[in-house]
Amino acid sequence: LNRKSSLTHVLKPVSELADTTTKPFSPEIVGKRTDLKKIMILGAGPIVIGQACEFDYSGTQACKALREEGYEVILINSNPATIMTDPETANRTYIAPMTPELVEQVIEKERPDALLPTMGGQTALNLAVALAESGALEKYGVELIGAKLGAIKKAEDRELFKDAMKNIGLKTPPSGIGTTLDECFDIAEKIGEFPLIIRPAFTLGGTGGGIAYNKEEFESICKSGLAASATSQVLVEKSLLGWKEYELEVMRDLADNVVIICSIENIDPMGVHTGDSITVAPAQTLTDREYQRLRDYSIAIIREIGVECGGSNVQFAVNPVDGEVMIIEMNPRVSRSSALASKATGFPIAKMAAKLSVGYTLDQIPNDITRKTPASFEPSIDYVVTKIPRFAFEKFPGSQPLLTTQMKSVGESMALGRTFQESFQKALRSLECGFSGWGCAKIKELDWDWDQLKYSLRVPNPDRIHAIYAAMKKGMKIDEIYELSMVDKWFLTQLKELVDVEQYLMSGTLSEITKEDLYEVKKRGFSDKQIAFATKTTEEEVRTKRISLGVVPSYKRVDTCAAEFEAHTPYMYSSYDVECESAPNNKKKVLILGGGPNRIGQGIEFDYCCCHTSFALQDAGYETIMLNSNPETVSTDYDTSDRLYFEPLTIEDVLNVIDLEKPDGIIVQFGGQTPLKLALPIKHYLDKHMPMSLSGAGPVRIWGTSPDSIDAAEDRERFNAILDELKIEQPKGGIAKSEADALAIAKEVGYPVVVRPSYVLGGRAMEIVYDDSRLITYLENAVQVDPERPVLVDKYLSDAIEIDVDTLTDSYGNVVIGGIMEHIEQAGVHSGDSACMLPTQTIPASCLQTIRTWTTKLAKKLNVCGLMNCQYAITTSGDVFLLEANPRASRTVPFVSKAIGHPLAKYAALVMSGKSLKDLNFEKEVIPKHVSVKEAVFPFEKFQGCDVILGPEMRSTGEVMSISSEFSSAFAMAQIAAGQKLPLSGTVFLSLNDMTKPHLEKIAVSFLELGFKIVATSGTAHFLELKGIPVERVLKLHEGRPHAADMVANGQIHLMLITSSGDALDQKDGRQLRQMALAYKVPVITTVAGALATAEGIKSLKSSAIKMTALQDFFEVKNVSSLLV
Amino acid sequence: CSTSPLTFPTSGVVEKPWTSYNARLVLEDGSIWPAKSFGAPGTRIAELVFNTSLTGYQEILTDPSYAGQFVLMTNPQIGNTGVNPDDEESGQCFLTGLVIRNLSISTSNWRCTKTLADYLTERDIMGVYDLDTRAITRRLREDGSLIGVLSTEQSKTDDELLQMSRSWDIVGIDLISDVSCKSPYEWVDKTNAEWDFNTNSRDGKSYKVIAYDFGIKQNILRRLSSYGCQITVVPSTFPAAEALKMNPDGILFSNGPGDPSAVPYAVETVKELLGKVPVYGICMGHQLLGQALGGKTFKMKFGHHGGNHPVRNNRTGQVEISAQNHNYAVDPASLPGGVEVTHVNLNDGSCAGLSFPEMNVMSLQYHPEASPGPHDSDNAFREFIELMKRSKQSS
Repeated sequence: LNRKSSLTHVLKPVSELADTTTKPFSPEIVGKRTDLKKIMILGAGPIVIGQACEFDYSGTQACKALREEGYEVILINSNPATIMTDPETANRTYIAPMTPELVEQVIEKERPDALLPTMGGQTALNLAVALAESGALEKYGVELIGAKLGAIKKAEDRELFKDAMKNIGLKTPPSGIGTTLDECFDIAEKIGEFPLIIRPAFTLGGTGGGIAYNKEEFESICKSGLAASATSQVLVEKSLLGWKEYELEVMRDLADNVVIICSIENIDPMGVHTGDSITVAPAQTLTDREYQRLRDYSIAIIREIGVECGGSNVQFAVNPVDGEVMIIEMNPRVSRSSALASKATGFPIAKMAAKLSVGYTLDQIPNDITRKTPASFEPSIDYVVTKIPRFAFEKFPGSQPLLTTQMKSVGESMALGRTFQESFQKALRSLECGFSGWGCAKIKELDWDWDQLKYSLRVPNPDRIHAIYAAMKKGMKIDEIYELSMVDKWFLTQLKELVDVEQYLMSGTLSEITKEDLYEVKKRGFSDKQIAFATKTTEEEVRTKRISLGVVPSYKRVDTCAAEFEAHTPYMYSSYDVECESAPNNKKKVLILGGGPNRIGQGIEFDYCCCHTSFALQDAGYETIMLNSNPETVSTDYDTSDRLYFEPLTIEDVLNVIDLEKPDGIIVQFGGQTPLKLALPIKHYLDKHMPMSLSGAGPVRIWGTSPDSIDAAEDRERFNAILDELKIEQPKGGIAKSEADALAIAKEVGYPVVVRPSYVLGGRAMEIVYDDSRLITYLENAVQVDPERPVLVDKYLSDAIEIDVDTLTDSYGNVVIGGIMEHIEQAGVHSGDSACMLPTQTIPASCLQTIRTWTTKLAKKLNVCGLMNCQYAITTSGDVFLLEANPRASRTVPFVSKAIGHPLAKYAALVMSGKSLKDLNFEKEVIPKHVSVKEAVFPFEKFQGCDVILGPEMRSTGEVMSISSEFSSAFAMAQIAAGQKLPLSGTVFLSLNDMTKPHLEKIAVSFLELGFKIVATSGTAHFLELKGIPVERVLKLHEGRPHAADMVANGQIHLMLITSSGDALDQKDGRQLRQMALAYKVPVITTVAGALATAEGIKSLKSSAIKMTALQDFFEVKNVSSLLV
Repeated sequence: CSTSPLTFPTSGVVEKPWTSYNARLVLEDGSIWPAKSFGAPGTRIAELVFNTSLTGYQEILTDPSYAGQFVLMTNPQIGNTGVNPDDEESGQCFLTGLVIRNLSISTSNWRCTKTLADYLTERDIMGVYDLDTRAITRRLREDGSLIGVLSTEQSKTDDELLQMSRSWDIVGIDLISDVSCKSPYEWVDKTNAEWDFNTNSRDGKSYKVIAYDFGIKQNILRRLSSYGCQITVVPSTFPAAEALKMNPDGILFSNGPGDPSAVPYAVETVKELLGKVPVYGICMGHQLLGQALGGKTFKMKFGHHGGNHPVRNNRTGQVEISAQNHNYAVDPASLPGGVEVTHVNLNDGSCAGLSFPEMNVMSLQYHPEASPGPHDSDNAFREFIELMKRSKQSS
């Protein structure tokens, strides 16, 4: 973007009038700042609930925007799976822990002129506050830009915020601030009635907060809230349960121009965190007066709080009975909502906020999409946007699947449609939770009785929207559903019509349906699959019929202005309407299928790979087309790819785009399991219909590894045959199609065994079982086993080390190992939950050789073209076993790429386009001299009642990375980055089960040597005493008091190592203890290897200070485009 | 005002939850858009314009400036909040018809008293829905405003309707005389306290204002009244001499429909009043002032209709997000020396406000009274008060 030309463009009409009129801005007041040269941006750190890849999106935009303006950008972010930490995004990139001390170290070294703290969520904001208050910013002459300390505190401090609202005559719910439990109870008494809302100050996603319906709940939530708040401060607030909830996204520039980018209405009324609510943009049930009132309030609030420039969001509650308005909160930074608003309107809030922070005013920046009009306007949209959150309660047994003011969702989908119904149904099928839309399916709620249904309507939960369907289907009236759920009747009536349409469809047949009626159905967002269900046909039959009637989607553009001006960015969504604006061209082009909503096991790493694919293929001269449904991502930024389709990743929606675009290639390898599952159906479709690419280069093809090879790797029987042929060892096991099968296999291979359903992602429902009875319990409770859904039973390799390998293969059969990672946690802990290091530290060369040979053989045998990830286990005796092979991009690709300094995903994309590894100058495995460590980050604190023990089921939401010359310091840095507060001295609590007892002595000694005291319960203590190791005994929880939990509560324990025996007592006692540790933020280690690595890390921390080194200092930045010349 | 859920029978044939296409919009460019009717039936001709406001359809329906026009709302979900007695901008609906993508099947709002469809039927206004409003908007953007015919009469052929659309033109027609009040009246209502948003800047003094009604929106009157004006509303044909006899502190020339060149009598009235008392023009009033000052007005390609237009107030340097509704504009190059362009529309650089200090003239092309739209420019009313105050002091 050329500032000069754009400026003249915007101002030109004005300057024509200049002789009579214009009084131009005085440049000393506004305009780009030239006194700043270096600007530091803080990222958001690892993906956690409440802070996900939307901050990669905002941070990346900010880095790009500031560099375009000629500023040098220094970035700190511990999350490697981000585009913003790509070495070419910022000038100096620190993938390192983000504590105030370490950030100060970087400030001292890099000497930035300014710090932009509003792009990295709550993490960055809190860090900025700490740095400002410690005097570090002043010491090094760093100016806070975007939001000043005063404004941040005014918005974030509950008491200051309430006072500020009072100042400008706005109402907030009756409430009080408590810093102790007693104070909280006093406030509760004053407010007088339950339910009460508890909101801790300075936390993200409402962590530690909640809704209390009685005294007991109140006490427990206040406790966790006080612990979670950075300032030990909670707001106890009268509940506005059932009020309508709205959000407005506001932008302000340094000249005090303020615009509203988007209004958002929550379908879930007050009481559910907005991140967990189904939301709709623009607001649907406000008149102009009511909307303008919220707009006026938003502007008054951003001014009063003093956010001098950038984006903010303001949340309102509106009483449905009389329209009374209360202010709930405001965020003085870009947020998840602003990412959503950006995608919903096409107005790039973070990019604009970055430009405003360096002095531009809104009218000096052109609107990217129209190019001719300035950014000082308010987007008008001519469609409806729906966002639906995605949850993962099933991964946290013991936690209640209930929604409160503390955010619990792990991802979201967004969809656009010309009607609410269309966007809502598209968003629901985008969620990839097995729903093809709303209703038209046999859902579990239909079997519920009225009591169950009413409960589900009354108490917010992830499936409430489906309970509404079941209730309507069973004849409950809208008024009653409203009374129970307080979901606005406008939405309920819209939903009711969908039930009516379903009823109508069910009463007829597919063959009779007319074109006009099919249009009416499709206009309401029904998928072919739903229509197939209602008409008792198949999805393919519906598609055939639909296309024969000429009922095909038309694609509309997102243009910020409701078509008032021409749009220059092909950002599109489907609708059933008359005119299609897609205008596909006949360039060489590639369709990239994204990963859909984030979930545990499939998150930002895959979006990173999709973006890299797009960047590399653009460099190689292709037009890239992105299709994705996740609003948080960089991939759905309209300037990541040449063209963007914001669409559900279902076969229907993907084929529609293929039919329209007819690309040369389709890429399914980078978006995780989502596009991979579509590979075979797409292949069948292409084989059957043989569409020719618009570029004239022959038929439309799936690029990279063939769907058949992907299937061969996933189908257990086919895969076994291949491994037999290649003589690659794998743990003994088999496929069980019945309980008897499973028991027989277990008997043959011997316990313990790993059991899991076939075709799973993220270790869903995977378990390690130790005897027949546990196996039977598993088969009865966790999964269904039948011939249709077989279960895999494999020998569990106790104490084995797990290895992850990412490898790259070109279409000429050349294979290069990208990276071999050694896991710190033993095999059996899901690879996504395990810390790992690259290069390996303890693996014998012979084993590495076996791994390299097997990986290469397998890649060749499967005819892989692109990436493949393999997981191996190495037993204590040095035997190597292949656990799994996935011929696709894996979660570790960004980590490996950053560890070795080669963008593997880009290479993979180029390889798929026909380049050889030789062309890319990547012919040899790179073994770096420095050590990179990846550590996982878990959301346990959001799921009260769940156990923290690691297992084969993946539960981490994100990861951090650290790079150092030594393993020990890299590990220590990774722990700090992951939020583990490693103690340098104090007391370690040890509790090891019998299987891990052999390691006890070594662990105990290593901590003793570091000066720690050891505390243990009877069994562990006895063992240590026998070895003559000093240990203090403490009672187990059931043995009386004071017991181990008391010590935790009293702050007498600083680190805990607990390996679970998994027996009944542990389920009660051990679990409770681990939860105590979680509540009191005492680091808990649950594996032997983790404990040893921690000891090494602590040793390193004690002996030398952490040194922050920029990524650019480890290796030269690879410029892919230069390889392509 | 309640939801009217459709119920499906438990047995027998299930009715379609939608109605069939029973209306057409035919545009002078020859395009024919099947639609579904709500509101009044019949066949009517008007100029088609689009409005990009997300909210405020009721205010738009009752804004007299839309006389002679079909209004297409680009927001696809219309009717969600029904209508209520408070949000009226005049005593009736002056537009010829409403064109929307989706008509809400229910209403939800605590102030709602009636559905949009019932309201239009009562007021004999045509409405159509279920057409590709975005496609039509794109056409208007490319080709400019088009004359169209809306019809629910199956007996009329497409060709007849097309001929009809081509036989009519809005340029040069005096639409103001139809919408202006017939005799003077006093206005007393202020903005209701619940909705007033800017109560800090009143000085408690009272000013006598005459408001020329060229199709005035009541919110202009409410805002003036809130700022302390005592207002007499007079018809568009009210003689200037009569107005001066009433010895007002200031005169407001209101918004109104159509082409300023079609009402030369109004320009003459404005001319007679210029320099005698402070005057304030809004929209049509601004265009009439432009002409009266010797400038030219011209018809824009598709005009400005919406609530999101950025206007730069050249005096403060601030950007105001404004409500706009006009198809004609003043050409600033044609204005005599001494006239200052005070406001510029940043989307296209067009003139959005004028001032001629010598004669105590101020005017805005857009709508500081909002309703619908943002309140950013409300300060303009205070400026008018200041203008009257200064003038009073100096005289």
